[in-house]
Formats: sequence, structure tokens, C-alpha cells
Amino acid sequence: MRNAEKYTHVSYLEHEGKYKGIWSWLLSTDHKKIGLLYLYSIAFFFVVAAILGLLLRLELIAPGPTIMDAQMYNGVFTLHGIIMVFIVVIPGLGAVFGNFFLPIMIGAKDVAFPRLNLLSWYIFIIGALLGVASQFAGDGPPDTGWTFYVPYSAESATNVIFALTAAFVLGFSSILTGINFIVTIHRMRAPGMGWFKMPLFPWSLYATAWIQVLATPIVGITLLMVIAERTLNIGFFDPALGGDPLLFQHLFWIYSHPAVYIMILPAMGVVTEIFPTFSQKPVFGYGAIVISSLAIAFVGYFVWGHHMFTTGISYWSRWFFSFLTFIVAIPSAIKVFNWISTMYGGSIDLKPPLLYAISFIFLFMIGGFTGLTLGALATNVHLHDTSFVVAHFHYIIFGGMGFAFFAGIHYWYPKMYGRMYNIKLANIAWGVLFTGFNLLYFPLFIIGLQGMPRRYFDYLPQFHAGHFISTIGAIILVIGIFMMMYNLIYYRHRGPVAPSNPWKGVTLEWQIESPPTHENFDVIPEIKNPPYLFKKEPQT
Amino acid sequence: MDEHKPHISSYLSHARVLTALLFLTLITVLLTWIDLGVFTIAVTLLVASVKATIVLTWFMHLKFESAFTRWIVIGTFALFVLILIVTFVDYFFR
Amino acid sequence: MTNSSSHAHPVDNEAGKLGMWLFLFTEFFLFGGLFLVYAVFRAKFSDGFHTGANDLNAMIGTINTVVLLVSSMTVAMAITAIQKGSNQKAILFLVATILLALVFMINKYFEWAHKIELHLFPGSEALQTLERGELLFFSLYYMMTGLHALHVIIGLTLLIICIFQIKAGNTHKGQYLLLENSGLYWHLVDLIWIFLFPLLYLLT
Repeated sequence: MRNAEKYTHVSYLEHEGKYKGIWSWLLSTDHKKIGLLYLYSIAFFFVVAAILGLLLRLELIAPGPTIMDAQMYNGVFTLHGIIMVFIVVIPGLGAVFGNFFLPIMIGAKDVAFPRLNLLSWYIFIIGALLGVASQFAGDGPPDTGWTFYVPYSAESATNVIFALTAAFVLGFSSILTGINFIVTIHRMRAPGMGWFKMPLFPWSLYATAWIQVLATPIVGITLLMVIAERTLNIGFFDPALGGDPLLFQHLFWIYSHPAVYIMILPAMGVVTEIFPTFSQKPVFGYGAIVISSLAIAFVGYFVWGHHMFTTGISYWSRWFFSFLTFIVAIPSAIKVFNWISTMYGGSIDLKPPLLYAISFIFLFMIGGFTGLTLGALATNVHLHDTSFVVAHFHYIIFGGMGFAFFAGIHYWYPKMYGRMYNIKLANIAWGVLFTGFNLLYFPLFIIGLQGMPRRYFDYLPQFHAGHFISTIGAIILVIGIFMMMYNLIYYRHRGPVAPSNPWKGVTLEWQIESPPTHENFDVIPEIKNPPYLFKKEPQT
Repeated sequence: MDEHKPHISSYLSHARVLTALLFLTLITVLLTWIDLGVFTIAVTLLVASVKATIVLTWFMHLKFESAFTRWIVIGTFALFVLILIVTFVDYFFR
Repeated sequence: MTNSSSHAHPVDNEAGKLGMWLFLFTEFFLFGGLFLVYAVFRAKFSDGFHTGANDLNAMIGTINTVVLLVSSMTVAMAITAIQKGSNQKAILFLVATILLALVFMINKYFEWAHKIELHLFPGSEALQTLERGELLFFSLYYMMTGLHALHVIIGLTLLIICIFQIKAGNTHKGQYLLLENSGLYWHLVDLIWIFLFPLLYLLT
């Protein structure tokens, strides 16, 4: 790896450093290989958790117990939540595409601390395995939900400590990745790439990384306190010992609300890359997008209380959090306007990445507007803890982050593997996914409005129709996911060789060959122009 | 390799900083003998903050770091204080 | 955090230092969560916290404060020494720092041992009989000083590694990032204590 000899056009996939075979992956400090390691592990856990989600839906296909009992249902939705939130969605985009493309897009050969980067992946795997182990070790799978609310999490007889530790360890991995990205962006941009010549995906990662660094430790210590509560009777959160359960909710959401922005900001960054490329037009309002990313990251710190409106927090506190929740919608809306304006008048090429990106806007808008419904104090009382909330955050997290992830993988796939997937099949899979998604989650809004509580394994007959449609949607959605994955996996080796710039993109990753060489660039490029200058545009 | 020559603090300057810190420690301890009522916490925290600033500025070389590093340190403390205040919007008015 | 050299890059000390500062922020927020809990309970149960703080030995606390402050100076001096090229002096200062850290830990051990003798430890029955504020105070006391002690141990380990690195010739006048970052970490341990000390021992 330290050899000075020039590797001309040996792709990173074939490149072997000091280690051979499987070790050239497991011990590689190449940011691209680490990105793929994350991709494969996250994809694996995504499939596991998606199947768990399907099981939950199957249970709800008819009233009364169908395929599992109540306790098992609690365990399954807890595991579904822990895997999806802590293992899949929070690291997701940043660890996969951030690792792979951040250095390339800013014209660097690697991240600032490559070995630390590999360490983060190992810590991630340890955390993930602990999460899985919580299902089998000790006294039964945890049943607290991924939020670990006390006092129940302090009293539940199930194996909560493993799950808490898993979340703690995963948080640590997330922190290290965040540190790595901030330093990389500060120190390793190519010569000439000033802050405002940087593409927008790195910008979104920058905003995200700050949240990762400055918010994750709070949940770390909170989880440690719950562990201490369970093992040592320490009593911070247990009312019987003088503690305050609401304090746990404060501490938990101080991290976990910004965590939503850890999920969604990189997603916004990905689609911001896709719209200019498939419209062949410079992104509209570059500065506004940058500032809105930073604004979301900052304001996002101070809205955590909107998860607690019905818990009896003070009037002024509710007022404040509700107000800021509305404020944080503004930068998000600015971005939506910018994406649409980017497409306006462009020569639009409706390829799979753009399809996913457009559906991202659609689903994200539904999620966003229902978020305002929940952020308003009066309606929140009615909707709190109903399946309306479940539908809302799945529209944001799956419809937002998930679809952006799919958009990203379809966008960058030819760059990552040097092959092209079947575009027709990708379009069909998108159609199935999109249909299944809306069938699955939209009915939950309606039955939520009618009063269907979340996390219940049984329900009144009046909700049957909604649940039934929703379960059908879940089945279609899972079929869509498997079609998409089949397409990506099958054509990994069999697809036609992709040109180095199939979408006529202009950011740096499209200027190098596909797949990139081990060192990305033979010569570090010198940046003279702002990003997103397309040839047809008059150069200024 | 290095963008600027690192600043080398003298042994004497470190000793001076320590003296200041010990002096402030003495003050906080002595303050416990005086009843300041509601201001006790405020004054104690103020002294602790002054001490922390001294450690950050000289021992941790912030004085000789880039302005950016100084700002992120200030920003991090400010963020924590803001989170504290926002939490207390709940606890004070409940 | 000295991992900056993978490909053909020269070691980027600024990057290493920035990375360390960011890491310190996460440590600060880790304690920040506990400070938040402290603040809330102090506001709620100020009487219990007063009696609780009265039970702690302010003398041990003061001694430990002085010890940590002095150790902060010696580690800063070790950096000065290495910058001036006198490795032997640097090692001496580091040894002094480590000894001071050990004094701190021994003090802590006696303090905790004494409390445990009085059956005031988390989960003990004596503690459960106390009123809520005092109970919470002691829980916080153990949690905060315990986490702090853990950081002392980590810092101690880092300083010992520094000594070996100086001896091995990897840390010297031209390249002392590891020592500098370990120093930063050690100062953080001191910084946290600067706040813990008055909050736990003095506010009676």
C-alpha cells in the first residue's frame, strides 16, 4: 500500500495491499472498501429488520393473535426498531456513500484517519452483534421499544442491558465516523476547492458530522445511566427512588431528535447531487442549500421536546418546542423548492436514480406535513402514540432516507462497480416499491386519526380494513425490495461495463475511471470552478 | 508539514498559570465559609469557569491555535449551555 | 489519533489535533449529560444536596484538586521539554504527572472505601433509607466521580504510552502529536474535575 509505484487503472476492487484475499477487505484502510463493508453489513441488517417488519404486519392482518403472541410482538417491534434506527438508518448514508464518495468528491485520496475509519466499522459490527445477542442471551428479547423509556426499561425482566450496550457501542462508532468526516473536509479538500466550491453532498455530511459529534455522547451517557439504574439501583429515573422519568425522555430526545437529522441530512445531500445531473442544470440556490443544511443541524437541537407534548412538561416548554418545530420546517422547505427549481427548465432524463429522488420529494413532503400536524400542540394530543405517528416517521425515514439511499445506490452503482444494472428492471422495481410503500403506510395515517394506538398487537374490528390494506402493501413492498436487490446483485458481475460517466455528471467522482483506482486520483485535481457547471450552460 | 511554527511556552509561564489556578482554588474553598445565599452557586460556577478558561487558554494552547479551533470550543460550550437552558424552560415553569 | 499516514500523505498534525479536539467535545458532552442531571436534581432537591455535600470530605477534594492542577502543569511542561528537544526532561515530567495521577487515584480509593464502610454505596440499604435528594446526590457522586476516575485511568495509560514512544524515538522534537494529544486529554480530565469539585464537595 505504501509502494510508490504507479497503479494505472487497477481498480480498487482488485487492488491488494499488504494483505491477500479476504484480508485485503477486512484489514483494508481504503475508504472505498470500508464503504462497501458498511454497505454489505447494513444491507444484511436491513433485510433482517425488513422481514421483522413484515412479520409485524402479518400479525396485524386480522384482529386477535394470528402468528405471534403479545410478548413476542413486543420483542419483534423492539428489535425491528433497534436494528433499523441504530444499525441501518443512522449510519446508513454517511457510512456507505459518505465513506465511498466524500474523499472522491472533495478530491482527496482517503479520509483523514483511515485506520480509525476501519476501527469504526469494527466497532459498528461489535455493536450490531451485541444487538443480535440481546435476542438470545439472558432472559428473553428486550421488549421496551427502541426508545428504552424508563421506568419500564429499568424494570422489564427481559435482556435490556445488552440492547442498551449495543446502542451505546453503535453510537461510539458513529462519533468516530463524524470526527473523521469533519477533519477530512477541513484538511483534505483539493487545492482550489474553497468551502463554497464544495459539492453539496459533502456539505450535508459536514452538517451531519457535527450532530454526530455533539449529540451522540448525550445518549451514550443516558444509556449508561439506565444500565446503572438496572444494575446498581441508582435511581435517576425511577420515581420510586426519587428520580424523574421525564428527565430520561429529555436526555434521550436531546440526542434522538437530532439523530433524525443525522438520518435525513445526508439523504437530502444525495438527492441534491442527483437533481442537477439528471436535469443537466446547475443546482438552484447553492448557498441556500448550504445554509439550510447548517440551519437544520442547529435548530434541530432544540426541538426534542415535541416528542413529549403529552407528558406534562411545562406550558412554556411546549410552546417553545412547538414553535421551533415549525421553524425547522422552513429550511427543509427551502430545499424542496431548490430541488424543484433545479429541475425546472432542465433537460430531464428520467432514469432510476431520478425516479427515486423525485419520489423522495413526494414522500418526504407527506412526512414533513404530517410532522407539522404532530408538531402543533392541539392536534398532537389527539395523535400522540397513534399509528399516525408510525406512518409519519416511516414516511420521513423510509420514504426519505430509505428512498434517498436507493436513489444513491442506483446513481453511484456504475461508479462503485464499473457495471450497469438493468435499467428497465430497476424502473419496475421502483414502481413496485413505491406502490407497496404507500399502500403500507398511508392507511396508518387514517386509522391513526381514528384512534388506532401504536405498538398494539391487537385492535378493534373497525380498524381491520386499514390494517389489511397495510399488510398487503407490506408484502408488495418487500417484493419490491427483493426485485431491486436482485437487480443490483445479479448485474454486479454480469451487467454491461459502465462508462466512467454514464449520467454525464460533473462532480469529481465522474471525472475518474469506474471503478476508481486505489488512490482515486493519479494527480490531485486543481479546482477552479464552482461545482455543477454543465457544458450547455454559458460559463461565467 | 507544519503550517506555522508551534509556539513554545516557557516553563515559567506554566508555573505562573498554575499559581493562578491554585489561587482561584483557594478562593472557591474560602467562599464556602461565607454565606452568599442564592448567589453561592453562581459565584462558584463563575470561579470554576474562569479556571476552566485559564486551562483551555494556556495549558491547552488555545491561545496559539487557529481562530477556528477557538470558535468551535466556544460554540460547544455555548451549545451545552443552551441545551441546559432549554431543559430548564420545562423545569422552572412546571 | 495518529493515523493520518496511510497513503503517501505526510503526517498532518493539524488534522490530528483537530480530531482530538472533536473527540474532547464528545467527552465533554458525555459528562454534560451528567451535569444536566445534576442541575435538574439540584434545583429540585437543594436541601438533600446540601446535606449530601456536607457528608463529603472537602479536604480530600481540595487535595485532589491541587494534585490534578499540578499534574496539568507537569504535562504541559513535558510538551515544552519535548519542543525544546530535551527528551529526558520530558520523560521526567511525564513520570511526575503519572505519580500525581496515582496520588489522585489512591486518595479517591480511600474516599470511596470510607463511604462504602459507612454503607453508602449505590444499591445499599443504608442509602435507600436516606431522603430522596441525598440518595440522588450520592448516586450522582458515584456516577460522576466514577466516570471521571475511568478517564483518569485512560489518561494515565496514554501518558505511559507516551513515555515508551519517547524512549523508542517515535516521539521527539520533530513529531510529538501523540504527546500533545495525550496532554490535551489529560487537561480535559482536569477541566471536568474543576467543575466536579465545587459542585460535589463545596456547595454545602
